[in-house]
Amino acid sequence: MLRYTVRRLLQLVLVLLVLSLLLFVWLRSLPGGPVTALLGERATPAKRAELTAVLGLDQPIFVQYFKFLARMLRGDFGQSTGVSAGTPALDVFFTRFGATIELAVGAMIFGLVLGIPLGYMAAKRRAGALDNSLIVVSLVGIAVPVFFLAFLMKYLFAVKWGMLPPSGRQTPGIDATRVTGLFIVDGLITREWDASWDSVKHLILPWIALGTIPFAVIFRITRASVLEVQGEDFVRTAEAKGLTRTTIRNRHVLRNAMLPVITVTGLLSGLLLTGAVLTEKVFAYPGLGEALYIGFTKKDYPVVQVIILAAAAAFVIINTLVDLTYALVDPRIRAR
Amino acid sequence: MRLHIHRWLGAGLAATLAVSLAACAGSDRGNESSGSSTAAAGSDASSAGSAAGGPSDPNGQIVFGAAGAPSMFDPMYATDGETFRVVRQMNEGLTGFKPGTADVEPALAKSWEKSSDGLTWTFTLQDGVKFHDGTPFDAAAVCYNLDRMYAQTGAGITQGQYWSDNMGGFKGQKDAKGKPVPSLYGSCKASDAGAAAITLTRVTSKFPALLGLPSFSMQSPTALKQYDANNVKAEGDSFIYPAYATDHPTGTGPFKFQAYDKANNTVTLVRNDDYWGEKAKSKTLIFKIIPDETARKQELEAGTIDGYDLPNPADWDGLKSSGFNLEIRPAFNILYLGFTLKNPDLQDLRVRQAIAYALNRPQLVSSQLPEGAVVASLFYPDTVTPYTQGVQAYDYNVQKAKDLLAAAGKSNLTLNFWWPTDVTRPYMPDPKSIFTAFKSDLQAAGITIKETSKPWNGGYLDGVEAQQADIFLLGWTGDYNTPDNFLGSFFSDTTNRFATSNVPWGTKLSGELQTADSTVDDTQRNALYDTINKELLADYLPGVPISSSSPALVLASNVQGMVASPLTDEKFAPVYKN
Repeated sequence: MLRYTVRRLLQLVLVLLVLSLLLFVWLRSLPGGPVTALLGERATPAKRAELTAVLGLDQPIFVQYFKFLARMLRGDFGQSTGVSAGTPALDVFFTRFGATIELAVGAMIFGLVLGIPLGYMAAKRRAGALDNSLIVVSLVGIAVPVFFLAFLMKYLFAVKWGMLPPSGRQTPGIDATRVTGLFIVDGLITREWDASWDSVKHLILPWIALGTIPFAVIFRITRASVLEVQGEDFVRTAEAKGLTRTTIRNRHVLRNAMLPVITVTGLLSGLLLTGAVLTEKVFAYPGLGEALYIGFTKKDYPVVQVIILAAAAAFVIINTLVDLTYALVDPRIRAR
Repeated sequence: MRLHIHRWLGAGLAATLAVSLAACAGSDRGNESSGSSTAAAGSDASSAGSAAGGPSDPNGQIVFGAAGAPSMFDPMYATDGETFRVVRQMNEGLTGFKPGTADVEPALAKSWEKSSDGLTWTFTLQDGVKFHDGTPFDAAAVCYNLDRMYAQTGAGITQGQYWSDNMGGFKGQKDAKGKPVPSLYGSCKASDAGAAAITLTRVTSKFPALLGLPSFSMQSPTALKQYDANNVKAEGDSFIYPAYATDHPTGTGPFKFQAYDKANNTVTLVRNDDYWGEKAKSKTLIFKIIPDETARKQELEAGTIDGYDLPNPADWDGLKSSGFNLEIRPAFNILYLGFTLKNPDLQDLRVRQAIAYALNRPQLVSSQLPEGAVVASLFYPDTVTPYTQGVQAYDYNVQKAKDLLAAAGKSNLTLNFWWPTDVTRPYMPDPKSIFTAFKSDLQAAGITIKETSKPWNGGYLDGVEAQQADIFLLGWTGDYNTPDNFLGSFFSDTTNRFATSNVPWGTKLSGELQTADSTVDDTQRNALYDTINKELLADYLPGVPISSSSPALVLASNVQGMVASPLTDEKFAPVYKN
């Protein structure tokens, strides 16, 4: 187990190194750049040359890369030039990380809480009315683009009916204490319940919009998996032994059916970040997705680099954890 | 049973964690410096806001939707509108601009006099003005500020763009060839606490208007020193700003900085209850950063913000009919079709004139541009003085365009027409529709158009600067009311995007602009600008002035007191909600 974990960590370092090189070169090969973004219409050849030299962008690309690498090893990813000018890119990342975590975790919980029970119920009532209608709902969940659903819900629930706030993370001027950067958690631990509830209200629509992706996938995987498992010999044996329905469901059917669901949940976490870019943009939600979008628009290299590298690291780490969870859930894997 | 034990263990662990977190974290409410708050906050609500014509609630709050995050809060290093919008509420210059106009008026200086040679300007200062940190504003502070701006070094020079654009060089600055970069600024002397004399190295039409630009605002010398304001550094491919610029801006304005909450994307300012003039009518002013234009509109419709800038002209009618106040600014910008004079075909004046005649500008303005837009005759809007009448006009005339092309032997002319994507500018709300209209106009005159579209910051500006286009769409929004702010920015340096170094009159035009700007006598200077404008349109024609547009801002129906400014110099101090 230890060797396996170490091997996966080494793979992570290699992935990040290669990715950092590709990302660095690719970003700088795109037309435009921070100099153009900073100067706009005010640019003159002299000013452009001066700013390019001050920022070191006139040096050969490999020199720039090795300087970047040296700074990165010291934990310095540079300063933001567009998303939050002058703020260390790593600070921008951590400030916005909490926002995206609240969004993504909530969306995932939405997907799991609805997807697993409904998937189980659909499998149990295969080809029935409930099964058929849930399949249609899940198909819509997969087929409708996140931004469209987000836009529609926002228009109806926020703009037209005024039930929920249309965008942002917390109502301006609410005077909330910040502790962890997770606004809901901060409100709970400081007993500023209104601040916590205000954050929840801001997140309900983004959660549902983004949560449709994990919901649809988890529902379908659970349904298929339960259908497969409940026909297995060991379930029949359990029934023959006279075990209660609850025991059979919890100990034999669901536990075995959950293996593919866990795998998919890990893979979905990467997909959620992609979805978060669109969701955060529509809801003007100040998370990593919005920072990535602004970063690309304003050619904020440091912020784009740190977010993409962190996303890649998170993706590899989550999937490593998923593989380790396999071993915990399935004793057969643990034994190998 | 094993399962139950696990559950109890899990619940116990969660409870312990929650209790320990709660134990080490308490609410900061009531304290002015909460977790994200960073600066000295105004705590006493009391006095202000109840002035005549004020709001019913003197402790009201205005939330304005900003399109982007401010870069930082030291205007000396700022160049973008979103930063200026915030710092304008906290800072003031020696001069200011009359609300709703681009006309200069007294601000921190109550009056000024210039010497007969036009080089020395003596400013008499307002009495009883204090910076937000309680230190007095006096002539010594004026000179400290100007000397500080002039003495920038290293990255401060690169970041002090408004200084280099308007004042020229910094102290001891040398160009690439080792020659000193000339500066407009000579010295500043505090003759007594209430009067500061500023000496220039040459006469300029820009003075004293440029002192009203937010970049040249007066800031507390004590705070500038205490928080190391000059310590801006370039590191890696970006800049690091000192604590002054990020957390401790200290001006004299009607609002004080409270916090920039980066996690919630809001900048909060509070009323300066010790303000020397009429106090702000709302206690709190919050700029909520909402980068998406549709999101800003929906926030206004939902009532969660009180206004936002630059609504899409396509939404103007809808917003008005929904009862929102659309404040249309007087036009203070120019859109032009630029020629890159590196192209030998375009070096022939007849070809440039043919293009000017081929463009149906009145139709473009009436069908594609927002309410208030007008066809431009000069390279600056008619709100700038002096405005020259009687310049050569280029009324839409396709036949004349064809004749001129034939006379020049360019009937089969092909041009590479560049237009930008992913951008809207106040002077160019929808570049594609402008390009499409002009493309068909030029084709009607027999010109073959090759189209190149690139993202604004994804190759367009770079390509136009590198003179890769033959003709291109670009423009300018004015900073203050002088022709030099437009013409000087376009043509003073012959290595400009029009490539005027490639034509014989490029250097002459540059010299004429310098002479006009340096002329002391207003009448003589105006006459020189008249001549330049006539030459520009009749003899030089480095581009075709297209239009000046009126950008707008929109406010909720219960918001009062806002005066739209052609310079986007809107002040929030008189703004309140009913």
